[in-house]
Amino acid sequence: MTDKPQHPEEQVLQEGDPDTTGHSWDGIKEFNNPLPRWWLWCFYLTIIWGVAYTVLYPAWPGISGATAGVLGYSTRAEVAEEIERFDALNADLRTELTEVELASVTRDDTPELYNFALQAGAATFTTWCSQCHGEGAAGVQAAGYPNLLDDDWLWGGSLEDIQMTIAHGIRNEDDPDARWSEMTAFEGILSDEEIAQVVNYAMALSDEDGDGVNASNHAYDTTLAGTGENVFLDNCAACHGDAGDGDRFLGAPNLTDAIWLYGGSAEAVEETVRHSRFGVMPAWSGRLSEAEVNATALYVHSLGGGE
Amino acid sequence: MASQDAAPKLYAAQEPIFPKRVKGPFRNFKWALMIFTLGVYYITPWIRWDRGPSLPDQAVLVDLANRRFFFFWIEIWPHEFYFVAGLLIMAGLGLFLFTSALGRVWCGYACPQTVWTDLFYTVERWIEGDRNARLRLWKQKWDFRKWRLRVTKWIVWLLIAVATGGAWVFYFADAPTLLRDLLTGQAAFVAYATVGILTATTFIFGGFAREQICIYACPWPRIQAAMMDEHTITVAYRDWRGEPRGKGKKRREMAEAAIESSRLAGPTIRGTEPGATSAPEVEAPGDCIDCMACVNVCPMGIDIRDGQQMECITCALCIDACDEIMDKVGKPRGLIDYLALTDEANERAGNTKVPVMRHILRPRTLIYTALWSAIGVGLIVALFIRSEIDLTVAQVRNPQFVTLSDGSVRNTYDIRIRNMTAADATFRIGLTSDDVLRVDLEGSQDLMVEVPADETLLQRVYVIARPEDAASGRERTDFRFWVEEFGTEERAFGDTTFFGRGQQ
Repeated sequence: MTDKPQHPEEQVLQEGDPDTTGHSWDGIKEFNNPLPRWWLWCFYLTIIWGVAYTVLYPAWPGISGATAGVLGYSTRAEVAEEIERFDALNADLRTELTEVELASVTRDDTPELYNFALQAGAATFTTWCSQCHGEGAAGVQAAGYPNLLDDDWLWGGSLEDIQMTIAHGIRNEDDPDARWSEMTAFEGILSDEEIAQVVNYAMALSDEDGDGVNASNHAYDTTLAGTGENVFLDNCAACHGDAGDGDRFLGAPNLTDAIWLYGGSAEAVEETVRHSRFGVMPAWSGRLSEAEVNATALYVHSLGGGE
Repeated sequence: MASQDAAPKLYAAQEPIFPKRVKGPFRNFKWALMIFTLGVYYITPWIRWDRGPSLPDQAVLVDLANRRFFFFWIEIWPHEFYFVAGLLIMAGLGLFLFTSALGRVWCGYACPQTVWTDLFYTVERWIEGDRNARLRLWKQKWDFRKWRLRVTKWIVWLLIAVATGGAWVFYFADAPTLLRDLLTGQAAFVAYATVGILTATTFIFGGFAREQICIYACPWPRIQAAMMDEHTITVAYRDWRGEPRGKGKKRREMAEAAIESSRLAGPTIRGTEPGATSAPEVEAPGDCIDCMACVNVCPMGIDIRDGQQMECITCALCIDACDEIMDKVGKPRGLIDYLALTDEANERAGNTKVPVMRHILRPRTLIYTALWSAIGVGLIVALFIRSEIDLTVAQVRNPQFVTLSDGSVRNTYDIRIRNMTAADATFRIGLTSDDVLRVDLEGSQDLMVEVPADETLLQRVYVIARPEDAASGRERTDFRFWVEEFGTEERAFGDTTFFGRGQQ
């Protein structure tokens, strides 16, 4: 033991040392020790494990998908099963939601059904409605997607009205029950001067104190507005009413309030008068279940604008 | 070489310990504390307390499902978890205080491991007899009698263990209902699992692992060394009085040799060389008669005469055992005693004994006591000034605001009202602001909401600024929501912000 070399360069093999691999670096020789048994067996075991795993579970990629695996395991199927389980739990509530009068579903009278409808409606809204109306349901004014939080409704804000709109859509040619209206594009029908007059008149309709700034905080030309009344009565009052307060049956907007679907600036209003607008909403009754439509109606109604 | 090749052992094999029965004041104190602690543990869940119709009438209840903690008249909600944190800190400081003053008294008397092990030892003694009988039984082969005694003992242990695990789950649900469910097989899986795990740990830790838990598993023996100093009162052996020890013939010879030695030495005169220095100096035997009583009773299997040891849990059973022997041989008590390390030098010099309170009352313990009391007082004050109603306000910011048809600006808030009283309560929601703002509740005509007892309510609230209110044009306006319990003075508030149109 005492004559054991102190420096690698002097490493000398001793009796009883294992064979070397023949490799040598700077005088350091590599012993040819076998791997520990347990380690080797673990290594073999991982190989067996790996092969078995690829046989049992989906593993090898193919052209149209991976091998299915002997166990038929699928996370998608597991999720589907979970969804089915919860759907079954709520089956009674869903059936009830299709049979009950929507107005009778309230927090105080039917709390369980009400809470279920709000949760289910919120989920449906996020999935299908938020693309246009926004996650918070505030709509997009520039694109004419209505704000569902405010108290202004083109076609009515009662539960039944909202339910009707969701089920059948607006100006949707695929559904005969869809609500329909169309405004004339007045470019070419009215002169530029008349258009300017009627645009300013329409803006002035919501100006209570007559100071040239209306309820939606847009300034307009008071002189032009003063001359626009006749143009309005001749061309617009048929739908929007003599006073300009709109008609929900026709989906004609109320022009006397502070809310403009496409924006209340002079440019936006002129664009509407010249070229008209034609906002379309798809019908959801074919895509969503009746319970989902009803739940969504209750949810939208609860957002603060419901009538 | 052979000894070098052997791998070092990390763990010493357990040497079985057969503590002998002992009588004395400390043993009596230990009995009393065992009865008290076990009594508190087993009985507490069964104390009833009227909590109205909707809640179980249980005085101490950890309602995990509803996140409520009931302790007699006190009800803790999750947001008041600082009470639990405070109590844990107090428990820690209390442990520091007791350890710095009295060593491992917690370990010796109150630690569950000690209490249950002691109980298991008692059962063992009842069934298999005292130390000598148990030693014989241990050594003899496994015949019918040994099997009978062992199995009887294990069954009794198991019953205690089941009762221990069983008592634990009763803290988390209505005890009578849960007991019925447990017996009829209708209780939740987690209840059975908890009972099973605690039964197993009690059975193994109390019956078999015993002092091994204290020595190998528990971190506290290691930490306690830092909590103790030379003034800490611990169980110690007065070796200056006991040594050299000896018994029987050897002891007599020692005594005779000492007398002989002093005779040979002749009279000595203070300050001068003794006359005969050639005679060997022989000490008279000490008070320890080496009867091993202190070792035989020790539940940790140590010899206290070897000095302070990590294993010692200062349970003082050796003091009881030694005092009994000292009484028998007509020597003063206290050969093994609760002592401070500083006592040794003092007593060797023959000075009067330092009173125990002088050891205990020192800056370290006083600081611990002060901290402990301060937290305790803080918690009690918090308990009395806390409000039983509370609200949190979360503003809906998608969108920040909505313009209404009359030009008003509306913001939306989700208000959560907590009613921690035991009765249903009606709350009025309002706000305070320098600017005129109007409140509106979703799904409610008036501004009242009802919150059931011990519940929270999430209420959507709208705040509206009319066009003529300054807040409608301003970017942000701070204001305060408040809720007032109808018919009382109880109020709670939450500050938030109103978003207006801003500069346009």
